[in-house]
Amino acid sequence: MDLMTLLQLLDSSVRLATPLLLACLAGLFSERAGIFDIGLEGKMLVAAFVSAGVAYVSGNVWVGLLAGIGASLVLSGIHGLASISFRGNQLISGVAINFLAAGLTVVVAQSWFGEGGRTPQLAGAARFDPITLPGAEAMRDVPVIGPIYYELISGHTILVYVALLLVPLTAWLLFSTRFGLRLRAVGENPAALDTAGVSVVRMRFAAVAICGVLCGIAGAYLSTALQAGFVKDMTAGRGYIALAALIFAKWRPWYALMACMLFGFLQALSLRPDLLETALHFKIQVQLLDALPYILTVVILAGFVGKAIPPRAGGEPYVKER
Amino acid sequence: MTFMKKFLGATAVLALSAGAALADPAIIFDLGGKFDKSFNESAFGGATRWAEETGGTFAEVELQSDAQREQALRRFAEAGNNPIVMAGFAFGTALGEVAGDYPDTKFVIIDMVVDAPNVRSVVFNEHEGSYLVGMLAGMASKSGTVGFIGGMDIPLIRKFGCGYAQGVLAANPDAKVVANMTGTTPAAWNDPVKGSELTLAQISQGADVVYAAAGGTGVGVLQTAADSNILSIGVDANQNYLHPGQVLTSMLKRVDNAVYEAMTAGPDVVTGINVMGVANEGVGWALDDNNRSLITPEMEAAVTAAAAAIADGSLVVHDYTSDETCPALTF
Repeated sequence: MDLMTLLQLLDSSVRLATPLLLACLAGLFSERAGIFDIGLEGKMLVAAFVSAGVAYVSGNVWVGLLAGIGASLVLSGIHGLASISFRGNQLISGVAINFLAAGLTVVVAQSWFGEGGRTPQLAGAARFDPITLPGAEAMRDVPVIGPIYYELISGHTILVYVALLLVPLTAWLLFSTRFGLRLRAVGENPAALDTAGVSVVRMRFAAVAICGVLCGIAGAYLSTALQAGFVKDMTAGRGYIALAALIFAKWRPWYALMACMLFGFLQALSLRPDLLETALHFKIQVQLLDALPYILTVVILAGFVGKAIPPRAGGEPYVKER
Repeated sequence: MTFMKKFLGATAVLALSAGAALADPAIIFDLGGKFDKSFNESAFGGATRWAEETGGTFAEVELQSDAQREQALRRFAEAGNNPIVMAGFAFGTALGEVAGDYPDTKFVIIDMVVDAPNVRSVVFNEHEGSYLVGMLAGMASKSGTVGFIGGMDIPLIRKFGCGYAQGVLAANPDAKVVANMTGTTPAAWNDPVKGSELTLAQISQGADVVYAAAGGTGVGVLQTAADSNILSIGVDANQNYLHPGQVLTSMLKRVDNAVYEAMTAGPDVVTGINVMGVANEGVGWALDDNNRSLITPEMEAAVTAAAAAIADGSLVVHDYTSDETCPALTF
């Protein structure tokens, strides 16, 4: 395998890992605060649809992005209302959101655009274009470093860089600020936080809202940066892979980056069965590579490689007095 | 036949007295909806053409869920609609249940064979149409490498890929065909993101023409091909207009002709298996203003000659589904 092929493979990994990373960080905020969120998939789907639809109508992708985030926040609000205010079952609420998103996007798209549950193709300013980082063209011919910078690091859409910057930001927010301490506490022992005079409900709603914003960016990335329009069910299970990555990462931001990059790399590798065959000298089933993220997660959950301990108060609605 | 006509007349009178439509044809669209820019829309186009030309009317319904298949069939049959056309292989099981209960109603199913005396099963020779667009790809490719991206890995899609590869090799025996399937679950029909990445992966392997037979996933394939300045080939309906000047051609599956013919024949529609191939214009390739500049006169002449040879039987394209093997491509 030569350098160019490797770079193309890694380039593809970064593109595929970005929506996973955004959704994984979204889940991290929510679950660290004690709210399990199966509904990442649904929120991404709705955001993908709304951002593509609004970007098409307004002709401005930034307006689309904001609308997508808004739509995702509405679903987050519903999830928060059901699981925080009304103390409902968080898993059921999440599943309901996924179903709602899968149906609603197609129905609204059909009545809005009449194209069979799709949005029209986006063009020009209604799409995020890849940006070339400064100096990339000039450095292109420098051996080794040049191609790495030009092919791998430069030439992604802005949302990719946003997603990568969110990792240190999340780590800082969670582990170096008062807000982060409270957010982690509300997922471990909400009663202690309540005793200290901090509103559990407000903390949890804040976490769920951050989750909504990140899912909104992830969805917009799918339909306006990677693609040029919405197609029904276009998230294709990425929300669930992100959940698997979250467990794999043991609810930590830097590990989340590594887990998502690994899963992205496995997905990219499954697109190039020819490379594996030349490297290993036997044919490996593509389906095995596709299933590998889930297999790895099961291995982690089974406790073979370290132990994944979820936040202690996760999944339990907080009741002040029993 | 006269007995049949009397009998049909009697049922028609019954139907009239019940206030239902008099043997109007009915059409049921599959879950994609009738404006899917592809299969169902093509069927709708055929029905509309029939209605405009004859001044007749037809009943229609768009399914919202799998559970409605049998219900929709029975409702139209009870109402006296004849024939009842359904677009999509997924109706196979439901029709197998229902057909026997309404022996006097004719059913037309597209893309599936249902063995019943009152059913007309329309199947398409997709391998022949794919062969023709494969020839165009082989001639249009400058790198000598072309790609195929299938949706869900099922024999029907391998049939597309196999015909395509044969066409490519016929036009350029030294050509290389890179084939990928999007997945093994129905999600593979609607994953344009993966379609895009597969396209980029094939481009990095040297492909400069990519044929997508992958439903909604194909939208991503065509988009990425246009963004990367390579050529793509659409499927089912004419998709040349999606990226004018960048879609080489489209493999046409004339579902509209199948629907039109069935509705024109009305209650007398001939039952049994009806094969739509190159010979009876059931499949073909698209040439319009959007891709005229991409097709040279030599290419057009070569493909027209191949189509004529397939039509008169002197050229036989291997059908993957006949023996689950492909001489030109390994999956």
